[in-house]
Order: sequence, then structure tokens, then C-alpha cells
Amino acid sequence: MLVRLEQRPEASKSMIYVSPLIAVVLTVLTAMVMFALLGVYPVKAIETFFIEPVSSLDGLAELLVKATPLVLIGVGLSLGFQANVWNIGAEGQLVIGALAGGGLALAFFDQQSIFLVPAMLVCGVLGGMAWAAIPAWLKTRYNTNEILTSLMLTYVGLLVLSYLVHGPWKDPQGMNFPESRLFHDSALLPILIDETRLNVGALIALFVVVLGWILISRHIIGFQIKVIGMAPMAASFAGFKEKRLIWLTLLISGGCAGLAGVIELSGAIGQIVPSISPGYGFTAIIVAFLGRLHPVGVLFAGLLMALTYLGGDSAQITMNLPNAVTGVFQGMLLFFLLASDVLIKYRVRFGAPKINTEAAE
Amino acid sequence: MKFRSKLATAAAAVILAAGVSSAVQAQLKIGFVYVGPIGDHGWSYEHNQGRLAIEKALGDKVMTTYVEKVPEGADAQRVISKLASSGHGLIFTTSFGYMNPTLRAAKRFPKVKFEHATGFKRAPNMSTYSARFYEGRYVVGKVVGNMTKSNVIGYIGSFPIPEVIRGINATYLAAKSVNPNIKMKIVWVSTWFDPGKEADAAKTLIDQGADVIMQHTDSPAPVQVAQQRGVWAVGQASDMTNFGPKAHLTSIIDNWAPYYVARAKAVLDGTWKSTDTWDGFKPGMVQMSAFNKAIPANVVALANATRDGITNGTIFPFAGEIKDQAGKVRVKAGAKADDGLLAGMNFYVQGIDGTIPK
Repeated sequence: MLVRLEQRPEASKSMIYVSPLIAVVLTVLTAMVMFALLGVYPVKAIETFFIEPVSSLDGLAELLVKATPLVLIGVGLSLGFQANVWNIGAEGQLVIGALAGGGLALAFFDQQSIFLVPAMLVCGVLGGMAWAAIPAWLKTRYNTNEILTSLMLTYVGLLVLSYLVHGPWKDPQGMNFPESRLFHDSALLPILIDETRLNVGALIALFVVVLGWILISRHIIGFQIKVIGMAPMAASFAGFKEKRLIWLTLLISGGCAGLAGVIELSGAIGQIVPSISPGYGFTAIIVAFLGRLHPVGVLFAGLLMALTYLGGDSAQITMNLPNAVTGVFQGMLLFFLLASDVLIKYRVRFGAPKINTEAAE
Repeated sequence: MKFRSKLATAAAAVILAAGVSSAVQAQLKIGFVYVGPIGDHGWSYEHNQGRLAIEKALGDKVMTTYVEKVPEGADAQRVISKLASSGHGLIFTTSFGYMNPTLRAAKRFPKVKFEHATGFKRAPNMSTYSARFYEGRYVVGKVVGNMTKSNVIGYIGSFPIPEVIRGINATYLAAKSVNPNIKMKIVWVSTWFDPGKEADAAKTLIDQGADVIMQHTDSPAPVQVAQQRGVWAVGQASDMTNFGPKAHLTSIIDNWAPYYVARAKAVLDGTWKSTDTWDGFKPGMVQMSAFNKAIPANVVALANATRDGITNGTIFPFAGEIKDQAGKVRVKAGAKADDGLLAGMNFYVQGIDGTIPK
């Protein structure tokens, strides 16, 4: 039997939503084969990976804590990606945002104030925006490639962090170890559920998802973003200002990353440490695409990606599997997603093509 | 009938509960959190060797698990709490960055015992432990001071924290005592484990004239580079002979096994107490691997004598007079540096070029 791909007359709308599900199912099936080869009972392994981590209140809270930065950054990035503005430097914007907010917490370390947390969040957003403004300015002024400038600024941002925690912001009582002093209670985000780390940051992320959805689906700016991404010429004929949109999308994605950074710092870590993020800014790129560059999709993709991290912990603790399992899962997920995306533009047909006979004449 | 079945259920529940609790008492679950992969052949590898030693020594009485490559940010606390809430009675967190997450977990799980490596914060159920690696560095200094022809020692540093600064100073003081012309070149790579960066640093140092490469990072890459380029190297944390048999002078081995076994036994016996342990050669927490056959016999003898002297307390690496780069006396003549000065060391001794990065 011959299997072939036939181009669809237009992209399948249902497949846009079905293909991530196909990818997840294929990932799970392949993972079961992998577990069987590793000599682990596959069903038990899948349960350990996907169910066990979220079977307790604490687990659910940790899932949301882990997903918060991924979703926040993912929503911001997806707006830019739709407009063909490729901000690869969210990691750096996250770090600078975290430093802006965390610096405020350190400056007022001995003062209690209910305004401290809101001010830190605002500083975080502004810090991220400032770092994203550099590639925006370079691109609009000198037509520089924002992929390179934003990526390279990530390393600059990490060095700024390293300088501050090794130098001026080091804990005076910290035996010279590279960590800031612990934040005061009033510099920590309010906890939503006692005995867990679930904080207000998760609600902020949800709010940003809603804002992102309104912007992209219900606002003229969202329309402009989509048009400029799909047909730049048409956009310029329609009088959309491309430079303005470059600025806007970079500032929004930078602001989201900075917000994620300060939430991570004041919600989950509680002090400035040499490694604030284990690469959320880069993982969020995967999350954005996994979520179809749509805010609601990003929400689900962020949760799924967070679950793979938690599942990796469980797999190591209860089944003695290596940490590499997490990486394999994430890799397979992306691989199958890209493969399934073929189905959006093509459909699978069985048997010999009919038009071929006519074409041969 | 109904009453009897209820009674039976209750009895079954009691038996079950008793069975469970005795099972818990019988077997101690011990968790480990590693910052690197267990295959780094350095820091995390040696901690994992300690874990295996517990299993070997205590057999069925314990069950051990580990989580590797845990980032030192928000993730650490999740993993530590997860271990504590899944029935682990003793948890070793083996990197400095886990200090505050471990402390928070210790407060949240008062019945679980925590052991944190290289930190300084303790709680009634949280101990700290570290090794006096600088004792090993002092022995190494005597060797490299004799072996270098170019009189330039290349040193790959991870982060400028006291532990690393101490190692650099100990090496320099020992090397200087056998070779007055010694110079040290230091490259900071800002990572504990990155074979690529470590290899690049080694190449840079060799290009600048170093003919001995030392490292305070965890991968064997610098040893491999030294082997290729025909210079000497000193391994870190575990025996790295196999990565450069010709280049490898010796390694400073972190041997956590005796401490880990003792602490696990203490929990089983009910004698575990929160303490601060900082051990060196004497109890075997720091060891030297076999010396390269190419090292002359008199140098090996000097190294062994130095090690024995440190072990029995006749030699002290940071004995006065020690001045810092500015010429200020930090340890008076005839005195020994106290643990407070050692633990917070943030200056280079006089004679080392360059400044500690801020």
C-alpha cells in the first residue's frame, strides 16, 4: 500500500489544534518503548512521570510555580514571533528584570512596606523592557539582526548578575559566598496556599495570558502584528508602522521576561543567587511554539513543559532513572510536534495518486 | 455481624499501621541532591561514590536515591522538599547553593535530618560538613614547585569564593617554599562544570607559558588538554589518571564515604546530632591519588612527608607569617590561621599577581 502526503488546498484549522495532541500521544508511546527497553514497567513509568508529581497539593503548587515563568515569557515571545520579531534574549531580560526588582528589595532590606512588592514588580517589568529596548533600537535605527543582538545581550546580562552577586550585592554576613542577603518578608510575594510555594505570581501569569489574548485577538495591534508577520508588504501598504510594532513587541516580551524574573526571585528563591533561572528564557521559546504562538496555547504548553521537569524529579527519586530522561522527553515532544505540523498543510492519502496518470500524458 | 466486621477492619488497620511503622524504622531512606551529573568524574561523582559506600556498608537497612543536575535556584527547594515528603529520613545536599533551600526544608520537615556540604548555616536537624581541600593543595604545591620548568603554574578557578581562594593560596605558599621564582596565572571560568570552557582555559594558560595546569573545576577536560600539549596536570575531586596518564601528577581526592557511612549509622542508632564537620587528611576525607612515576623520588618523599606532617599536626599550611598582596600581615609570625580566617578567606597572599574578581 502506498502512503503519500497530499497538499491541502488550505491549512487545516482542526489540525492546528490536533497536532499538539498527536505529538503528546506519540511522545508518550515512544517513551513507553524507551522505558521498556530500560527494563522499567512502562505504564508505571508514565504514571510516575505524569501523574505522581501532581497527585498532591504540594505537587500541584510546584507545577504552577514552575510553569509561571515559562508561561509569562512564552506569552510575550509569541506576540513578537507572530510579527517576525525574533527575541531570543528573554533569558537576559529575565535576569535584568530580576536584578531591577531584587535591587529594590536589597535597598529597602530593613524597611517594611506593603508597597515594596508592587514596586519590585514594576521595576522588574521596566528592567526587562530596558534590556529589550537595546535590540529594538539597534534594529529600528541600524537594521541590526535582533536574533544576534538579543542573544548576545543575554550573556552580558548574566555577567552583570555575576558581578553584582560576587561584588557589591554580596551578603555582608555571607562568608564571602556569592549570594545576596535574604529578602525581608515584605519583599516576598504573598503565598496563596500555606505550606506550599504557590504565590501571587501564578495569578499574575494568568492575568497576562488574558491580556495577551485580548491584545492578539481583540485589538487592532494584534491584527497589525499578524498582518506584518504574514504579509509585510501588505502591512506597509495598509500604513502599519513596522518600527512601532518592532518596538512594541520587543518591549512587551522584554517586560514579560523581566516580570517572570522578579516573580521567580521574590516568589520562589527569596534572595539573589548566581543562577536565577535554569534557562527559562530559552525553554519559553519551545513553549511559545508548542502553544501555537497563542496565549491560551502557551498556558497549556507551559504547564506541560513544567510537568516534564517535575516528572524528571519523580523518575529519579522513585525509579532511579537518570536525569537525561527529562531532556529526552522534551526533545521527543518538540520533534513530534514539528513532524505532526506537516498534517496542517498536508493530508495523508493511501494508494496511488489519481492525477498522476493525467500528468504523464 | 456489622460490629464484628468493623472490629476486624480496625484490627487490620492496627496491624497494617504497626507493620508500616516497623518497616519505616527498619529501613532508612537516604536522599542525595547533586549539582552535576554523576558522570562528571569530579565533585558529584565522588558524592555518589559516598552514597554507594553507604549501600555497601549498611545493605538492607538503608535505601538510597539521588537526583542529579539540580540547578541552584528555585528548583533545589522543590527537589529537597520532594525527597523529604517522600519518606527520606536523611538528606545530603551537596552544593553550596543549596544552603538556604535546605534550611527552609529543615524548618518545614523537623523530623528529617539534613546534611549540607560546604555551607555555614545550621539547624537542630541540619548539619554542615566540608573537607579541608587546602591540605591537599599544599602537598600539590610542593610537587608542582619542583616539577615546573617554566616556573609558571596555570590555575583554573571556578568562582572566587573562600574555598577556591584558599586552594590558590595554599598551592602558592607551598610552591614558593620549594621554588622562589614561582609565578601563578589564574583564569576564572565562572562554572563548576563545563568541559569546553575548562579546556579553553587550559589552552590559554599553556599558551601563556604554564607547564603545570591545576584546576578547581570538576571535569577532566584540563587534564586531557595537558596530556595533548605535553604539560603536567593535577586532577580535582577524584582520581583523573585515566584522562591523561602521562600528564597527571596526582589528584586531590574527596573521600566522603567514611563520613556518609558514619552519619547514616548515627541516624539508625538514634545518635545523630547537628554538627559542623571540617575534616582533612587525618580522618581520610581528603586523600592524594598515586603519584606519577615520572616524579623524582625525592619529590615524592617530600610530598609524602608534607602529607604526614599535616596529618599528625606538625605542618600547618597557613602558618605565619602570612602577608596579603598589600603587605598587610594577616597571620602573625609563629601563629596559625584560625578557622574563621580560613573560612572567610578573601585575599591573595603576597606574591600572587592579579586581583580577585569582584
